[in-house]
Amino acid sequence: MAASGSPGRLRVATGIVVAAAIATTLLPARGDEAGGKGANAGVRIGLVFDVGGRGDKSFNDAAWEGISRAARELGVTTEILEPSGAEDREAAMRLFGARGFDLVFGVGFIFSTDVNVVARAFPATRFACIDYSPPMVGEIPPNVSGLTFREEEGSFLVGAVAGLLSKTKHVGFVGGMDIPLIHKFEAGYRAGALEVCPTCEVHVAYAGTTPDAFRDPVKGKALAVSQITAGADVLYHASGTTGHGVFEAAHDMGAKAIGVDSDQYDEMPGTVATSMIKRGDVAVFDTVKSVLEGHFRGGLASFGLAEDAVGYVSEGPHGSAIPADVKARVAALRERVVQKEIRIPVK
Amino acid sequence: MSAVFSLTMVAETLRISAPYACAAAGGVWAERSGVIQIGLEGVLLTSAFTSVAVAHATGSAALGVVAGVIAGAAISVGHGLLVEKARVDAVVSGIALNLSAMAGTRLALRGLYGSASNSPAIEGFRFGPTGSAGWSLLARVFADPVTLLAIAAVVATPFVLARTRLGLRVRAAGENPVAAAAVGVDVTRVRLSALAISGAVCALGGVHLAFDQHRFESGMSNGRGFIALAAVVVSGWRAGRAAMACLAFGALEALQIVLQDQARKGSLGDLVQLLPYVATLLVLAFAAGRSAAPKGLGKPAEE
Repeated sequence: MAASGSPGRLRVATGIVVAAAIATTLLPARGDEAGGKGANAGVRIGLVFDVGGRGDKSFNDAAWEGISRAARELGVTTEILEPSGAEDREAAMRLFGARGFDLVFGVGFIFSTDVNVVARAFPATRFACIDYSPPMVGEIPPNVSGLTFREEEGSFLVGAVAGLLSKTKHVGFVGGMDIPLIHKFEAGYRAGALEVCPTCEVHVAYAGTTPDAFRDPVKGKALAVSQITAGADVLYHASGTTGHGVFEAAHDMGAKAIGVDSDQYDEMPGTVATSMIKRGDVAVFDTVKSVLEGHFRGGLASFGLAEDAVGYVSEGPHGSAIPADVKARVAALRERVVQKEIRIPVK
Repeated sequence: MSAVFSLTMVAETLRISAPYACAAAGGVWAERSGVIQIGLEGVLLTSAFTSVAVAHATGSAALGVVAGVIAGAAISVGHGLLVEKARVDAVVSGIALNLSAMAGTRLALRGLYGSASNSPAIEGFRFGPTGSAGWSLLARVFADPVTLLAIAAVVATPFVLARTRLGLRVRAAGENPVAAAAVGVDVTRVRLSALAISGAVCALGGVHLAFDQHRFESGMSNGRGFIALAAVVVSGWRAGRAAMACLAFGALEALQIVLQDQARKGSLGDLVQLLPYVATLLVLAFAAGRSAAPKGLGKPAEE
């Protein structure tokens, strides 16, 4: 056997490779101090992102914006953690709990189970979870506030926009993972489109049944191609980065697209007609405020059109693709939803 | 049914299959030379990212393609060096390659563009007519330089392996490295060359993924390297069959998408989504036992 193949060297080389591989998975972990010299500096707020959440220029960054605003305007001390692996989510929340923080946020429905477990372990700390989905069995711990959005209301408005913009009377919806949270978007959108265009056909497709369905743009493009081929000329997506494939297809095939969660105009200018907006920053800021003012309550808290926490892009250059009469019609619908004259289905 | 047998369907099948087929062809190149390569996923990701980063920095789509291919070849050769020279277990090295690619591209995304999810958009190639007609979709597929390169590489692979002197040496190194060495073949060198080709061919799949979206997205290979690896095994390490398996998988995925719209009106939506995976399982079940791995696969160049 040649010298290069001696078992000792083999073991050393294997060890180095394994160590290097493990090290790279740990690299992006980090914590940030966002502020803490204000009037309420004694009140400490922690926020935990999901893996790869921070910097998504969308939903997660909105939560970050909310907590930054709280630090700026309310003078609380804030700290942010982003775990490097899925198994560290709970550990990150525990870390804040163990340090006696006043309020800890988990950003995303994926925290729903972790937050219940950690909240029971640290009854003195208050917890809030954005896009919370309540447990199947048992109760929500008293120190957990589950923040939910009435996405169906915002989706209803962009559904109406789609129904009014469509020339073919076919509109499309591309969902990410096939779960109740995304069904809310679909149901609201469908109701909105049919409200203004009862003869419209709504095409629906989902990218998959696992969380990977939220990051498969190749699949998103294929789903959109299929819907546009079937006649759809306005497509709405609720599918994370899978939606970029929807924009690509709409651009190539001359259709219009509607973004989700944040203003997605810049993803494909000229193709993205508007976006359904979910104001995670409003939910985070309001929750911090409720702690300071002493009226934080456990249980479910719901944010919708009435709280200005959902809506759609209609102002400025990014909303210029929508004609004035469409805007007026949708504004009237919005008012009727806020006044509870229209009930919007959630599935 | 007209939606099933249409030019749109052909165009979509080709577009969806391209990354799978490139990765599978790359897998055949590596494994026929005797080197186990489970790092195809990492090669896809690395080349996708590199092509976009270079295209974005230089403004040249062509340079992006070249850089992506070089990056793919380079890390594939790196895997070869670890396995052949340092005698690292090929499975360990492959896992390390995948993990480093996953974390490395994410880190670079953050460092270069300050985003956890995606790079800025690149110009890339946008040739061919716009429009929603089937023929215009097909025209766009055949006007896309990356797709053409991918098709060329996938089609050339079985011919080069079967008909050329290089192909013969690669197969000899994979079947019986000791005998190959005895007749004067430098097995290590042949394997490293095969890995360079493997990485370059697989990289075309990664570049295709990124250029199809005109940007890089974190984790955008989404397990395609592993499905390609399955195609390699199912096809018995034969390049032509592996390409056909990938084409079939792409066609099933395209079919699943067309049927989903129809089936959603009933209650079959979930079942239809399972189609490609059920088909894969069936193929695996029938092909099991008939797969013939290269006899020297995983065996060192010298005893």
